[in-house]
Parts: sequence; C-alpha cells; structure tokens
Amino acid sequence: MSIDLLSVIYLITQTLNGLFSAALLFLIASGLTLAFGVMRIVNIAHGSFYMLGVYVAWTVVTRTQSLLLGAIAAILVVGAIGFAMQRFFLRRFAADPLAQMMMTMGFALVFRDAALMVWGGDPFTLAYPRLLRGSVEVAEVVFPRYRLFVIVVAALVGAGLWMVNERTLIGARLRATVDDPEMASATGINVPLLSGLVFAVGAGLAAFGGVMGGPILGGYPGMDFDLLPLAFVVVIVGGMGSLKGALVGAIAVGMIDNFGKVLVPELSYFTLFAPMVLMLAIKPTGLYGRA
Amino acid sequence: MAERSEALQGWRLPVLVVLGVLLLAGPPLLTSYWVGLLTQAVILAILAMSLDLLLGYTGLPSLGHAAIFGVAAYGVAVLSTRYQLGFWTCVAGGILAGTLLSALLGLIVSHVRDVYFLMITLALGMVLWGLSYRWIPMTGGDNGLSGIPSLEAHAGLPFSGPIAFYYVALFVFAVSGALMAVLVRSPFGLTLCGIRESEPRMRSLGYNTWLHCYLSYVLAGAFASVSGVVWAYYNSFVSPTYLDLTASSELFLMVTLGGPATLIGPVVGAGVIVLLKNVISAYTARWLLILGIVYIVAILAAPKGLWNLRRGRS
Amino acid sequence: MSGATGTNATEAQSSQRTLLQMFLCALGVSVALFVVAGAAISAQAKPPIKVGFLVPLSGANAQNGRDILNGFLLYLEEIGYRAGGREIQLIVEDDEAIPAVGLTKARKLIERDQVHLMAGTLLSSTGYALAPYIDSMKIPMVYPVVSADDLTQRRRSPWIVRTGYTGSQPNHPFGEYAYHTLKLRKVTTIALDYAFGWESVGGFERTFVAEGGTIDQRIWAPVSVHDFAPYLASISRDVDAVYALFLGRTALQFMRQYEEYGLHGRVPLIGAGPTTDEHVLPAMGDEAIGTITALHYSGALDTPANKKFAATYRARYKKVPSYYAESMYTGGKWLIAGIEAAGGNVEDRAAFVQTLRAVKPMDLPRGPVEFDDYGNPIENVYIRRVERVNGELQNTVIHTFPRVSQFWKYNPADYLKQPLYSR
Repeated sequence: MSIDLLSVIYLITQTLNGLFSAALLFLIASGLTLAFGVMRIVNIAHGSFYMLGVYVAWTVVTRTQSLLLGAIAAILVVGAIGFAMQRFFLRRFAADPLAQMMMTMGFALVFRDAALMVWGGDPFTLAYPRLLRGSVEVAEVVFPRYRLFVIVVAALVGAGLWMVNERTLIGARLRATVDDPEMASATGINVPLLSGLVFAVGAGLAAFGGVMGGPILGGYPGMDFDLLPLAFVVVIVGGMGSLKGALVGAIAVGMIDNFGKVLVPELSYFTLFAPMVLMLAIKPTGLYGRA
Repeated sequence: MAERSEALQGWRLPVLVVLGVLLLAGPPLLTSYWVGLLTQAVILAILAMSLDLLLGYTGLPSLGHAAIFGVAAYGVAVLSTRYQLGFWTCVAGGILAGTLLSALLGLIVSHVRDVYFLMITLALGMVLWGLSYRWIPMTGGDNGLSGIPSLEAHAGLPFSGPIAFYYVALFVFAVSGALMAVLVRSPFGLTLCGIRESEPRMRSLGYNTWLHCYLSYVLAGAFASVSGVVWAYYNSFVSPTYLDLTASSELFLMVTLGGPATLIGPVVGAGVIVLLKNVISAYTARWLLILGIVYIVAILAAPKGLWNLRRGRS
Repeated sequence: MSGATGTNATEAQSSQRTLLQMFLCALGVSVALFVVAGAAISAQAKPPIKVGFLVPLSGANAQNGRDILNGFLLYLEEIGYRAGGREIQLIVEDDEAIPAVGLTKARKLIERDQVHLMAGTLLSSTGYALAPYIDSMKIPMVYPVVSADDLTQRRRSPWIVRTGYTGSQPNHPFGEYAYHTLKLRKVTTIALDYAFGWESVGGFERTFVAEGGTIDQRIWAPVSVHDFAPYLASISRDVDAVYALFLGRTALQFMRQYEEYGLHGRVPLIGAGPTTDEHVLPAMGDEAIGTITALHYSGALDTPANKKFAATYRARYKKVPSYYAESMYTGGKWLIAGIEAAGGNVEDRAAFVQTLRAVKPMDLPRGPVEFDDYGNPIENVYIRRVERVNGELQNTVIHTFPRVSQFWKYNPADYLKQPLYSR
C-alpha cells in the first residue's frame, strides 16, 4: 500500500471521527444555543442534562436491554426536569441573566451530587444495540458502525429541528422571540410558555446526546463539566441563538479537536480554546449570531 | 451608583461593625483552624472584590478570573522554588506576572461585552489552565510546585504562626479594599458604572469606553494577582486547580451571592462560601448537594445578592 | 479474658493437683484478671486514638475514595475499632481531589480535631501538597495509594509512610516479562498525560528497551480526553502489542474504543494494572479479555488471605475489591500493627513512625511486604491476564515476581542519580 493511499484512508477515518464528535456536540449545543436565543440564559447546568440523560438511560437499559427505550426515558425525564427548572426557578429572573446563571450553577452542583448519591460513582458504558456492533469496511476504510449511526441520527435531528424552526408556526414564533422577545410578546406570543418548551427540548436533546454517546463514552461523575466547555465553544463559534451556527460550529470544533489531537498533540489543550478566543476577539457574535 | 450613606443604611452598618470587630480582634481568641479559615476568607475576599470591579461595577462578567490569580501564584512559586529569589522579588514578580498578563489579554477582550465577555474569559481561563498543566518544566504539571517558603520567614518578619500570617493577609486585604473603594468612588469608577448602565450614552458623552473597560480589566487583574500572591504563600504550593473552571465559577458565585457592585458583598460572599463548604463537609459527604440547595435558596431570597437584600440595584 | 482462661486451661492439664499448684492456679487467674481489669481501666483512662482520614468523596474521583475508605472500615470493623488497648476513632474528610482542599482538610483534622495519625488521599498532586505541612506538624501519615515515585525517592518525607507502591514499581519487571515471556519486540505506548502515566510508561520502557525491545510510538492523551478515536486510528497495526495506562472512566472508554476500531484481537493489549483494575473491570465486557497487566495486587489472587478478604469485602459492599479497596485494608492493617507494636503509645510520634516502618504485618491480601530503606514497600508484583471465570471478568495471576523493590534490580544510589521519569 502506498503512503498516499494510507494517508487518504487516515484522512477519511479521522474526518469521520471528527463528524462523530460533531454529532454529539451538535445534540448538546443545539439546546444550549436555543435556550440562549430565547432567554439570554447561560445555562451552566446544561452539562448536567447530558449527564442525567445517560444515567437515566442506564437504569432503563440495564432492565430492558433496549437503547431505544433508554433514550425515550432519558428525553422524557430530563426534558421534564428542564421544564420544571425553567418554570419554577428561572422564569422568576427573566430580566436578570446573572441571577439565572447563578441559579443554574446551584442546580449543576445539586444534579452532580444527586447523581452520585443515586447511581454511585463507578463509571459504566451502555450496552451496544446488537445490530450496530462491529465495523463497516469500505475500500480499506474501517469505521465503527455505531459511530456512523450516531452521525446519521444527529443529522436527522438537525434536519428535524430545521424543519420545525423554518416551516411551522411554533418555529416562526420561536424565530420572532429570538429576534426580539418584547416585540414577540406584544404580538401575542406566549413567551414564558415558549421559553419553557425550548428549555425542555434543549434539556431533552442534551440527554439524548448523553445516551447516544453512552455505548462509547459511557457515564461517570464529572462528565457534566467535561463537554460543557466544548459545547460553549460550539455555541460561540456558531453564534449564540443560531441553530445553523450550532451545526457549523459543531463540525468545526469536532474537526479541530480530532485533527488537533493527532497533528499537534503538544497543543491539545489549546487547539480548541484558542480558535474560540480568536473568534470572539474578531467577531464576538460568532458566524451566524446577532449582536 | 453606590452612595456612601445609602450603602450603609438599615441593617448594614451594624453588620459591618460586627464583621470589622470580628476580623480585627477575633483571631487571637480562635483556634488555629478557625484562624486558617478566616485567613482563606480574607485572601479570597480580595479576589472576589477584584472580580467585583469587573463584574459589578463595569458589568463585565468574567468566568476566567481565577486564571489571573493562579498565574500570579505560579509566579511566586516559580521565582521562590526554582530561582530561590528574595521575598520582595517574588511578590513583585507574582503581581507583575498577573498584571502584565491582564494587560495583554485585556487587548483581546476589552471590546467584548455581556455574555460574549463571559465566554471569551472562560476560553482564556481554559487556555491558561492548559498552560499550567502542560508547561511541565516550568509549572510541574499536574503535581504543581510545592515548597514555597513560609511568608514570615521569607519576608524576615520577627513573628510567625497562623495569627501572624492572618494579620499580614488582613493588612493586604484592608489596603486593597481601601484602594478599590477609592477607585469605584472616583470619577473613573463612576464612569465604569456609567458604561455598565449604558455604554452608548457614555460613548456619546465623549468617554473612551474601550479604554475604561481595558483599565478596569487590568486593575481587576492586578488586585487578583495580589490575592494570588498571598494565596501562594498561604498554601505554600500551587497547582493547576487554582486556575480551573471550578475555581472561576466558585469565585463568580462569591460575587453574585454576596452582591455585585458593593465591594462588601463579595467579601461577605467569600466568607459565607468558605465557611459553608468547610463546616457542612465536616458533617456530611453530601455537602455539595446542600451547598447547591443553599445557592438556589439564596438566589430566590436575594437575587441581587445578600448585601443588596431588601434594596433595589444601587 | 483470654489471658485468664488460657492460664486456667494450662493449669487444669497438669496431672498432679497439689496445693501449691492450686495456689499457683489461683494466683495465675487473679493475676490475669487483674491485668485484664487493669487494661480495661487504663483503656477507659486512655483517650481514643484519633485517626484523620482524607479521600475524595465528591466529584469525579468519589468512587475511588469510597473504595479506599471501605477497605479501611472493613479492617477497623474486624478489630472492633480497638488497637493497643485503645479505641480507634476515625474522622473522615472529603479532599475533593483538589490539593488546596486537601490541605485545608488536613489542617482541620490536625489542628481542630487534634488527630494523632493521618491516612489517605488519592492523587499525587494532593500527596505532594500535603507533604510539607505533614512534616511541619510532625504527624505520622500513611499514604495507601499515592504512587508518585519521588515521595519515596528524591523527595522523601520523614513522617509519611507509603504502604502502596510507586508508579514505576510493577512496570520494571513487566518490561522484562514482556520481552522474554511474551516475546514482544515492538510496542506502542498510550497513556494519560500526567506524572502517573509518565512513571508507569517510563518504568516499563526502561527495562523493555534495556532487554532489546523498541517503542514504536509514544502517545500521551490529555487527562480530559473522552474519545480516543483519533489516537486509535493512528496506531500502527504492525506493532506486537499496545501498552496502555488508563483508569476509571478513561480505562472503560479506551477498552470499548480499542475494540470499536478493530484493534482487539488484532494487536494484543498490555498495560499498567489500573487499566484493568477491579474498580472498572466489572463494567467492562469481553473486549477486556486477554489484556495482560502488572500490579502488586489482583482481586483474584489465589491466596487464603486474599480469598478471605475478597469474600468479606464482597459480602459487605456487594462488589469485588479493587486495588484501591485493598490499599487501605492493608494500609489499615499496617497502621494498626504499628499501634499494637507501640503498645498504643501514639503520642510519642517520632518513635511511632520508627515502629511503623519496622513492623511486618502478616497475612495481607497482596502477600508479604516490608519496607525498604527509603520507606517504600518491597512487595510481590503480579502479572495478570483478564479472563472470564464463572461469568465474571477477573485478573487471573499468571506470574509472580516476588519481593520487588521500587528500584528493581538497580542500585538505589545510582538509580536516584537519574532524573525522575517524565514524558
């Protein structure tokens, strides 16, 4: 095999790896960016939703052996937690982003310790669905089947979100609220209810991201703050409040992360955050964000 | 904008007097453990006040402020353990390291506002944390650097021990606090508050808002560095955990819980958090859960911070 | 009362019952009773021995901390919280795996609770941060897990007694084993990028290369990495084996992903003990089978002492003991042996540390141990292979290197002239 072919295979494999990271990041970051768009809230507890998702799924998967049931349970339970959190706690401080952020910090601590209390601190992975075991081999490129599945699922979720956002009444209301909450409220849009729904959907998506990553990345204490900074990078690069930005940002971050790790391992702590700093320094609103 | 008379109205004056007396006269009556906690509270109070300059007065929420503090601490550690330099060189070196770094980073962040400021400082904090972790020949990596000489011996003080250290820290705290109090009441400080309230208006009045934000960032960094230097001597070691996101978040909570734009509020916040953490965790392993609930309840009861309780934003 | 009945029984066995003997018997009983009563009185008079204990109980390392604590509790329960005629009082604090917090909590235990002895902590960073303070307060402290080489090499502390191991210790013999027995010639290493990783890989590499082996790639993964795919994709399939050091969730993730990328079964996996330690092994699947690692303990170690320990531990905590759990069962046994040897006198702290360094606790789960002149245990190193036995994964011991010192076969003085293992 020639060196060129090897490097092409290598390039394709690493690109697919990057896409897998991007898929997970998109699931987590899309909720974060929407919540910010509608409520101007920086949700420090968003990583907790991701963590709670995989823990809830663990409980269900170990009893039913079904990743699908686990995912459904995770989305419903964590979505409900998110909705309640917004409805009973965050909504009171709609005009005070600092108080909201502190509140989410408090919740992040509570969720972290509650998870430790309920599920213990041993790390675990979710069982693979049987159909998705093994690898796909296409012309010398070997890639895990499950990772391809996650990429496809995330793409479908992205398409679904885009459809809702662009083609439905609720999407129109959402866009109007992101543009100008006061104006939206004046035109009769129930902004508090919409905010609650967006927050719940965001929480559910993060939980779903946790479940999708479950068979590979598993669940463990501390995972809540593991991906949170990365999700923030995605949201910032893409522009806060923009779904399209979350998608582009996730792909950019996924690629930079993967190639950075192998090409410049010495700088692996910086390859992610340095571009974010540059982005913010040059164009603070990100690729698709509004000021 | 805080007026002196308004700042101390109602229950605040008696509380302040009690706190002052406690800080001044308490330690000789306390055991060394409580003196230690009080010392921590006082050092972190300097840090919290420095973040208040930025977050409370200028309206620039930083989630990477602990990184500046950490860099100053590393400055002391590197100069004193690797180069065996004298006390004042180490102190000046630590403060300079943090301040110069702020001056440099300030150039990048000073035109960024609101939540974007939060994010850019978070990112810079992560980069600096990575540096402390990765630049092993200088920082010792994850093991950090230990063996910083004791402050009393290094400075050649005639007295030593926890109480002596406490009063040194209290002195630094008092001087820094006084300087910051003067600063926020100066025309410069009032301009910062003006920028927080309405930047376009200040700009149309002819103020260079970028420069004001820049100076605010550098000054906050300078005071954070002072705190970092004392902290390095207090613990006699440094580690990357000084700079991490958890440290910055906790600091952020000290300010917001205590009451931004009051200077005293963050001092109260620092004290409350240091005491709560240590007291609760002595009784239960579930202290994190309880602490989280305390934060949530505190925000519900006093969304503007404890020191602003029963008062609108000043 | 055991002293009294013992005397009685001996006397009763004598065939000739003379008055003198009866008198002696009575005397013996009364003396024994007096001793026991006296001990009881003096035990009441003597205040309990306070032991301060530090481990992470919250955050990412909470479970490791819990395992360490559980091992200690198990032993303390066995001896009924009594040693040297005194009650043992345990005071536990959460160090959060943050060095500054560890130091604050150590101050609390020593200055406020006035503990006589200290034990615990998990991370090397906390270990290094505590050392100067422990030395300044002159409190004997047992480090059951902290494995930073230099704590018993170039930066020794007179007050800290390590009952665990050094990161490189099991890996020195393992490098030779890999070359001679496993017949490996070219190995790629991948490890967490911090001191524990460097010391483990460094120890392995030193002996493996000295025997004639070569290292193909040396990959360091940042501790924050959760997806190892980019590294796995760049490992050459031509190497004889991959040497890995991971622990906790990284071990689990790495093992999963090693299989995902088709390396399992194609390139044999070897590594440092924690990679397949029982703190993660039960959560692993068949992908872990066949992995060969080296450590000073295995939950499946087939000795009476370990079987007993593993069974009790499992009955008490519903899980297999990990090396973390064993660390403080053994550390506790060691500490208590020291207290017994010192007759309960822990107040003379300098003498106590000397006693502690001299005792040789018996019947330890990990096998025989003793201290070298530098304060690190000389102990067996076990080469273990992951197998499924009775439906459960375990680290089956396939070879034992007896009495391994932290300096392996090297002369300590020469060894210490060389720099610490780094990346």
